[in-house]
Parts: sequence; C-alpha cells; structure tokens
Amino acid sequence: MSWLTEYVRPKIRTLLGRRDVPENLWVQCPACEQMMFHTDLEKNLKVCTHCGHHMRASVTERLAWTFDAGSFARIELPKTPADPLRFRDSQRYTERLKSAREKTGLDDALVVAHGAVGGHRAVVAVMVFEFMGGSMGAAVGEGLLAAARLAVLQEAPLIVFTASGGARMQEGAVSLMQMPRTVIATQLVKEAGLPFIVVLTDPTTGGVTASFTMLGDIQIAEPGALIGFAGARVIEQTVREKLPEGFQRAEYLLEHGILDMVVKRTELAATLARIIGLLRVKELEAA
Amino acid sequence: MRHYLDFEKPVADLEGKIEELRHLSEADGINIADEVARLTEKADRQLRATYAKLTPWQKTQVARHPDRPKARDCIATLIAEYTPLAGDRAFAEDSAVLGGIGRFRGRAVMVLGTEKGSDTETRIAHNFGMARPEGYRKARRLIELAGRFGLPVLTFVDTSGAFPGIEAEARGQAEAIARSIEACLSAPVPVVAAIIGEGGSGGAIALAAGDAVLMMEHAVYSVISPEGCASILWRDAAQAPVAAEALRITADDLKRLKLIDAIVPEPLGGAQRDPAAALAGLADAIGAALAPLLGHDGPGLIARRREKFLAMGRDSLI
Repeated sequence: MSWLTEYVRPKIRTLLGRRDVPENLWVQCPACEQMMFHTDLEKNLKVCTHCGHHMRASVTERLAWTFDAGSFARIELPKTPADPLRFRDSQRYTERLKSAREKTGLDDALVVAHGAVGGHRAVVAVMVFEFMGGSMGAAVGEGLLAAARLAVLQEAPLIVFTASGGARMQEGAVSLMQMPRTVIATQLVKEAGLPFIVVLTDPTTGGVTASFTMLGDIQIAEPGALIGFAGARVIEQTVREKLPEGFQRAEYLLEHGILDMVVKRTELAATLARIIGLLRVKELEAA
Repeated sequence: MRHYLDFEKPVADLEGKIEELRHLSEADGINIADEVARLTEKADRQLRATYAKLTPWQKTQVARHPDRPKARDCIATLIAEYTPLAGDRAFAEDSAVLGGIGRFRGRAVMVLGTEKGSDTETRIAHNFGMARPEGYRKARRLIELAGRFGLPVLTFVDTSGAFPGIEAEARGQAEAIARSIEACLSAPVPVVAAIIGEGGSGGAIALAAGDAVLMMEHAVYSVISPEGCASILWRDAAQAPVAAEALRITADDLKRLKLIDAIVPEPLGGAQRDPAAALAGLADAIGAALAPLLGHDGPGLIARRREKFLAMGRDSLI
C-alpha cells in the first residue's frame, strides 16, 4: 500500500503549508458567508457587520465586553472531586478533562470575575462552551455557588452568561444534583435582596436551562441564541413532526413569554448597567 | 401471565414446567408434589442467583418492568382518604403527574407522583410518565399548598424524563422544572422523595429535591438514559448496557456517592413479583424517613435540606 501513503502525503503537506499564510485576517460569517476584516469584526463584538449574526465569544471577550473599561478580577474557584464515577467511554473522563484544560487553559467550564458594570459592583460568571460543551458537573455547580457567595459578600448583583449543552454525562447523578445545587445558588443571591440576571447565549440547553438559568430576576438572551430543554433531534424523534421555523431560538422564547428581552451584544453592557441601576434602589438609599 | 425479562429466562423455564406439572396433577390426579417442590426450590435458587448480581442494565429493565408497582399503586396502597387535586391553574391538567392530599399512617400529607401507566390505555393517558410544563407547575402549586397547611410532601418518582415536545418547550419546560426544584427546596415542611422505578434526569429531580431521598432496591436514577448516553458518547444506542454500567445508576451506586439517603429492599425477584410486600417495605422506609423530620420547624427544615444538597459532591467518591 506504499503508493497510497506516497499519494496522500503531499496533500497533507500542502494543507499544513497553507495554514502558514495569514488567511485569518479575514473572517467569514457562518450565517451569511460574507467576509469581514478581523479588526472590524472584533470592534463589532464578533457580530457580523453584514447580517448581525452573533458569533460565539470566548470567556476573555465576554468579560472584557461586560466590565467597565474591560477591567475585572477573576477569582479562583473551589476544587471538586475530579472524576467521581471513574467514567470512561472511548476515552477516560480524566483524559477528556485534561485535553479540555489544555485546549482552553481553564480548570473547568465556568469562570467567575468581579468588577464594575456601569459603575456598579457586579459579579459575573461565564460558562465556557469550548470546555466540554459547557457541560455542568460538580466544578460548574460549585463555581456558581462560589459566584453567588461572592455576590452576597460584596452586596453585588450576580450576572451569569450561560452557554451549555446541559449536564456533564461523565459525572452521572453527581451532575444531576448540580440542578438543585445551582437553584440554591440563585436563592442565596435573591435572599440577600440582590438581582440575579441571566444572559442566555448560544447555545443553552438541558439541565442547565432547567435549573438556575430559568430563575433569573431578569432574563436576557442574545439574538438567535439556541435555548431549550430537550434537544431538537430528540423532540423530532418523539413527536414525529417538523419543528417550526425559529424553534428554540431567543426570539421564539421571547414571543412565548420565557424571556424579558433579546438584546444585541453591542447594547448588552449598557442594558445590564441600566437594569442594575434601576434595581439597586436599596444601594442608592444606603449610600 | 407473568411477564419475564430476557435475563429471567432460566427462571421462566422452570416456573413454566412447574405450572405444566400442576395442570397435569389437577387433570389426572397424579401426585407430583415432590417434583413440584424440587422444581420450585430450583427456580427459587435460580431467581436468587440472578437477582443477587443484576447488572445495571438488567436493573434498568427491572425498573421499567410493566408489572412493577407504579405511583398510582403506591398512592392506592399507602395513602388513605386520597383526594386528587388537578391542574396548574394556568393552562392544563397534566395526568403524567398525580397529586393530591390524603393520609399516610394517619397523618395528613401532600402526595405527588409521576405515573407511567401499566397498559397501553393507561400509558397513553399518562403520557408514559413524561410530564409537560403543566405537570411541574401543578407540582409546584401543590408543594406550596402543602407548605401553607403544614402537610409533609411525599413524592413517588417514576419517569423516563420530562416530555420532549414542541409545545412543552414553547410553554417553558425548563422553567417549569426549575421552579419545581425550587419549590421542593423552599418547602417549610418535610419532603420525602422515593424513586420507585426510573428516576429520569431533570424530570425526576423536579420532584426529588427532598430532605430524604429513598430508592427502591432495583430502581435506577440517572442524569440521562443509558440509551441516550450510549448514542451520544458511544454513537450507538446498542451500547446502552455499557453506558448503564459507566453512569452508576443503581441504588447502591447512588448511596455510595451519598446522593440518596436510603435503599428500600425489594422482595426476591423484584417488586413486580410481590407488589404488596414491596409497598409494605416502601411504607416502612417512608415512615422511618419522615419521623425524624417532623420535629423540625420550617426554617430549620429548609436550612437542613439546603445543607444536604450543598454537601453533595464535595467529597463523594466511589
């Protein structure tokens, strides 16, 4: 079969070779397929300058866009048992975790930071979709609890940016228990008289949607974000019907009364600042 | 006719023979008592051996057994003066979630249960135990009602999960589940949950965030069905038995992980072989779980329950 390896090799080389050309100066919109210069796209917060499609953002970008002057302090999150079930499918869960950590440079699928939003103290938690689909296991649950406790301590609102495929299967029932645990996190914030604001980004599904995500005092979503409990494929197989146009998209949820608003990313920081300002009557009275 | 599972075939063969012999002896007046006794003992040994080492996948089959006592049977047997209450007061009554007031061992309680149905007609009527948002909203309403009147809440959980449907999503399935969990956690009264068959994911935890969570010996409780997990992680639903093993879904597993509080022993061969004995055991376990909770006031119960869930996963390793 040596003719095959001889035949394939040059092709791979050309592919690898092509990567060296700085082609990523131009970015193609996955929705309208138009090209944009990368600085234009970044300036527009990764929203297509042609069609308004909201591309997925990194944690660093989220935090920079949300906090005043892009300034914030990240907190270290509590450690949790790494692999409670000793789970393995085609790969060990510990190996999957390791490669996700190498890929993202993060410990798990949640990052928590604090700083100022529109001049108000705020705690912001961001879910990381690149980290095993943003799935929620013990680390994410514990991280949200830490975020809630920090908000209470700082008498600051808690803002959570969600992005998740749902529960982390590799943690089995331990991940299921993060549903009540994160609901408790929302209770801690609310009992302290502090606003709990959820920003749903693409995609937010499964057990993450059916726990803390849907308990926001204010629920905001980014345009076009996929939001739901059950997966579209599972629904199609169950009801044997074609899903309606725009099903489980942010605008569909808004229309069905599940969200307060759908806000463009470019207006998000200002909207958050305004909401916190309006809800933080107590803070003003105290000051 | 007894419904046998695939792995019960050796038992089925033996019991089939016993049945045949009994017919023979009745018809012909032949005394074959010795042979029947011998076979009965053999069948019993076989059953004991099979059930002593059920795999997680076999347990899943037992948990889904059509003859296993369902929520409806639990209520009928354990609850006196049962008075069903219907509706979410907003959109509909969801018959996948049973709810009502009644008496457990003389004490007035609120009862909730996910009901799968046990034949084609009742399965369809109860939507195979898959609740829609209205079911969870009804649960929340009844838990809050229980809180106002100081009634302990007993739940019987048996569901493959919340209903995955277009309308269910449109009417806020995720929000309904989240609020139901919140209602369980906020109840100023004891909440005792029993996973009696299948504890399927969010649809189960919606009714199971309680002070005491019991699991029947052969029940399963999981974040995703073995089939669902297999089709995602193994890209092949036929790998369900492997996924069932990996997911740690049995009562023993959950107890070891400190995610449930007690295991309710089942009669030999599973609850489906002797529902009355199984339900008697369940009643005792609920009674035992409820008794120590009755001494606490509302805020104390909420604080304890919260602490219990917060402690989970911190140090639970298999």
